[in-house]
Amino acid sequence: MFVIGLQHYLVVGAILFTLGALGIFLNRKNVIIILMSIELILLSVNVNLVAFSAYLNDIVGQVFALLVLTVAAAEAAIGLAILVAYFRNRGSIAVEDINLMKG
Amino acid sequence: MTIAALFFYLYAAVACASAFMVIAARNPVHSVLFLILTFVSAAALFVLLGAEFLAMILVVVYVGAVAVLFLFVVMMLDVDFAELRQGFLQYLPVGALVGVIFLVELVLVLGTWAVAPEAMRAIQAPIPPLDQVSNTQAIGRVLYTTYVHYFQLAGVVLLVAMIGAIVLTLRHKENVKRQDVGRQIARTRAMSVELKKVEPGQGI
Repeated sequence: MFVIGLQHYLVVGAILFTLGALGIFLNRKNVIIILMSIELILLSVNVNLVAFSAYLNDIVGQVFALLVLTVAAAEAAIGLAILVAYFRNRGSIAVEDINLMKG
Repeated sequence: MTIAALFFYLYAAVACASAFMVIAARNPVHSVLFLILTFVSAAALFVLLGAEFLAMILVVVYVGAVAVLFLFVVMMLDVDFAELRQGFLQYLPVGALVGVIFLVELVLVLGTWAVAPEAMRAIQAPIPPLDQVSNTQAIGRVLYTTYVHYFQLAGVVLLVAMIGAIVLTLRHKENVKRQDVGRQIARTRAMSVELKKVEPGQGI
């Protein structure tokens, strides 16, 4: 109980990942919340990487987490830029309205 | 050891609770603020794991840049967020069921796994002892030598993201005069000078 091992961190990562996936389910209309949920998922991946890095005594996991952080920041910037451009054109950010390509 | 365990439980509980509030808050501004709290708690967990550099980067990049970007966008867009929340309760039973099943599966997997002995021998770069080399220095030694190409590719990813964000959001207004260097250079004498025949004593 009072010795924190790898599994405790992995459980925290699993809870964060599940909450992120659940956020995409529940807030299907709000793109901003969906983007935040993706950030939560990437954060849980980072928690896993750093936990394994500390447990296996290998610094490469932290280097990899740094790269994941970079990609997450770039993704947030691009996603929000697309959101702003879309709002200017259509006046709404509801996900259901984004169906011009009939995909 | 006990104090470290207590702090782990504190920060883990705060991280999970605020992550829940991110997806459950009514107001998106509150969601962003809870996202900041989640990231700060995760940074504290990283400190407990001994990854101080990554913890500080998490605070600087996420709390300082990404969360503020989210905050700007949420506050700048004039959107009726109450309307966007319709359907939340409709999806709640199915979503909660899927979420619980998913979490149970993940935790079951975590409960039964074991590390293969060969995995411990596959370590690429062992963490040097903290009293000799700090965490930042250890990451730098690996990141700028073995993984320098990944580092540069990360820089390219950020550059492309920056250019893309600027291209997507830059907008020229119609009736604002700007300097256009191309047009200035392309100007010829025929385009810009006109000779008028002026009758004497009359003016134009």
